[in-house]
Amino acid sequence: MHYVGFALQWLMKALAVVLAITVLNFLIVRLAPGDPAIVMAGEAGAADSQFLAQVRKDFGLDRPIYVQLATYVGKVLTLDLGRSYRTRRPVGDMLLERLPATLLLTGTAYIFALIVGALLGAIAAAKAHTFLDSVLTAVALVFYATPIFWVGLLLILVFSVQLGWLPPFGMHSLIPVKGTLWQMLDTLKHLVLPALTLGLFYVAVYVRLTRASMLDTASLEYVKTARAKGLPEWRVLTAHILRTALIPIITFAGMQAGNLVGGAIVVETVFAWPGIGRLAFDALFQRDYNILLGVFLISALMVVFFNMLTDLAVRVADPRVGSRT
Amino acid sequence: MKTSLSRSGSCLAVALALVGLVLFEAGHAAAQPTRGGTLNSTLWPEPPGIVIGIHLNAPTLLPSSKIFEGLLTYDFDLKPQPMLAETWQVSSDGLTYTFHLRHNVNWHDGKPFTSKDVVFSLTKFIPEVHPRSRPTFQRADVSAPDDYTVVLKLKEPYGPMIRSLDVISAPIVPAHIYEGTNYRDNPANRHPIGTGPFKFDEWKSGQYIHLVRNNDYWQKGKPYLDDIYYRFIPDSASRALALEQGEVQLATQNDIELVDVARLKKLPNLRVDTKGWEWGSPISWLEMNLRRAPFKDVRFRKAVMYALDRNFIRDSIFFGMAKVATGPIHSSSPFYTSDVPTYPYDPQKAKALLDEMGLKPDANGIRVKVSLLGLPYGELWDRLSQYIKQALGQVGIEVTLEPSDVAGWGNRIANWDVDMSTTYLTTLSDPALGVARTYISENQKKGVLFTNTSGYSNPEVDRLFAEAAKEPDQAKRKELYTKVQKILVDDVALAWLVELQWPTIYDARLKNVIHNGLGPNDNFADVYFEK
Repeated sequence: MHYVGFALQWLMKALAVVLAITVLNFLIVRLAPGDPAIVMAGEAGAADSQFLAQVRKDFGLDRPIYVQLATYVGKVLTLDLGRSYRTRRPVGDMLLERLPATLLLTGTAYIFALIVGALLGAIAAAKAHTFLDSVLTAVALVFYATPIFWVGLLLILVFSVQLGWLPPFGMHSLIPVKGTLWQMLDTLKHLVLPALTLGLFYVAVYVRLTRASMLDTASLEYVKTARAKGLPEWRVLTAHILRTALIPIITFAGMQAGNLVGGAIVVETVFAWPGIGRLAFDALFQRDYNILLGVFLISALMVVFFNMLTDLAVRVADPRVGSRT
Repeated sequence: MKTSLSRSGSCLAVALALVGLVLFEAGHAAAQPTRGGTLNSTLWPEPPGIVIGIHLNAPTLLPSSKIFEGLLTYDFDLKPQPMLAETWQVSSDGLTYTFHLRHNVNWHDGKPFTSKDVVFSLTKFIPEVHPRSRPTFQRADVSAPDDYTVVLKLKEPYGPMIRSLDVISAPIVPAHIYEGTNYRDNPANRHPIGTGPFKFDEWKSGQYIHLVRNNDYWQKGKPYLDDIYYRFIPDSASRALALEQGEVQLATQNDIELVDVARLKKLPNLRVDTKGWEWGSPISWLEMNLRRAPFKDVRFRKAVMYALDRNFIRDSIFFGMAKVATGPIHSSSPFYTSDVPTYPYDPQKAKALLDEMGLKPDANGIRVKVSLLGLPYGELWDRLSQYIKQALGQVGIEVTLEPSDVAGWGNRIANWDVDMSTTYLTTLSDPALGVARTYISENQKKGVLFTNTSGYSNPEVDRLFAEAAKEPDQAKRKELYTKVQKILVDDVALAWLVELQWPTIYDARLKNVIHNGLGPNDNFADVYFEK
């Protein structure tokens, strides 16, 4: 009942937040200078008044902004995200085409980063102030500070150009591969470098976060008590330190999960990965408002959803959180 | 009265002889073309659609020009060559154009191509969707006396008509698919049906467009390639790498940063060709807002010209892949003249002109402050803006660079809200189509890009452009355009910088890539891999 109440309360809040975000996004996007019709004319290297008027009429851009907003919100409530100005295709279809690629990339990078990062962070904390700790911390710092596109290009140079082990870009081989298993292996081969590029950055974040969190927790009184009671060190580490230290990690992981949709623009660009981040990036420059708003909406839904999951997970990890509310 | 011009007849004979000669030469020079092979080309950005007319973006044209065809195409000298029209005549008064269409041409869905498709395309489809060609075909009364003849009747002669019939200006689309529909939302736009040597197969969003060989193509035995993949690779460095590695065999226009082209040029497995832009004839320029001071004073504009070292721009910013522009008409145009006032790099002369205007330097050496909205197309154009700032700074014109993205840039220029801006524009196959629009007074249309946004106005220029467009005689047209070039350059209507020579970079085994004035926008029926 406790969790059902929480879920209902959360749902109400979530709806209000998503609606507010939709309205806000709509207004913010329109603040950027530029007119989609002129952008399209610019891309075409040709324009006349009839062309511009036609584009504005077709997409309702000639109507007052509040009418456009009301129309948009009304459509979103019926799950219609409108059409792209450039391609004239339904935005929902375009997003669905791109979403799986992005989720595959960011999901892989995310799981990789979470597992490897938390593990290495725990090792660094357990071996704090030793040579191993210094090496792990330094390597993490390097990956944290290095621009993602540079890491990507470096990996391409080493693994594609020099060694020829992995393809430098794309999601599939150009010559179609037959058989489901081979197709999956082909995609996997293409996935390694972009997922590693994106993952390495987050590994670095998790290493630093886990290490810091565990060391903080290790200095707390109750841990000293556990040790004074004579508990074996591995038990102190797993049952006492790690559980508490997990809370900031869960919180960060939740925040990152919400960012899964739009968080890979750079990697998608370097590796020509056909994802949604790149779609949004291009839409921004082309002032293709509906695509942009569609991506924002999905991102907002993801953030809200994962925030709820995070809240729930934190409650499980630390029952005091729930009891306080 | 409709009579075939004897000149047109002899032109045709010469053209056919030239075609024969070219084919003969090509046959000898490149040995026997061989069938087969997959061409992988880069394409960036991903186009919004691939039906020419509905979309005119550069990345639309590359795949679309393999699917669709026009009545004519053009050689490097912009002379018309047969395509869907096998022969044609122009009446002596320049009012009637008669096209005899090829027989045995089928659409990709198997339906026969006839004059009905041409009439529909020129009278309905293009006037509705094609912003650039709309005015051209709105002048014509188009009819079809039979299935394989099309007649265009004009109320008054229109010089550029014969250069407006290529696949980009006048794509021929199937009437049986588009007639009676909303052209822009027709489902066939995502699965286009043309007459070209390649058929549309698949479009994987974010990944590639795939075209396959049209086995029923009207040029028997062609095309030579089995299929073409246009791969969307967003990052310029990745595109260069893909070429280097042989993952793709073709890149063109802005695909590769010019600094990388200089490097790729040296690789034995790649070739670089800067020809093939004769039809588009792109020129870059610095536009000044003539509605504002100090730009309205021609002495200031001349000072700007003298202050810019355009040889430096060509060599150091465009890495030699450009030619210094001398005026409004591209040097590959038959109407070009080099006999115009010149403005060699001479900062002293620039300073003298500014002094004469009364723009004296202050204690910091600054005479006047202006702003520049640079074309936001990446590093190369940013460097150009930086150079202009430095060069004008040296003569006392302090330039503030205004950052923007493409949308903001276009919006401000269209609404005349700038001091100076840089851009490039295709000046197209005929000055009446691609040059006049930038200078004639009646084309000052606020809110519309690629019109006369500088505010230049000169009744004599208006008259000469109007007269030249209506003049059927090519020699007389050239005289008129020569006059107009002299006036515009003397007036410095714009500060023309360089003619762009975009590199097409391709695998050394690939042959016939650039073989006419449409360059990479040719239909690729003749392209093959040497085995």
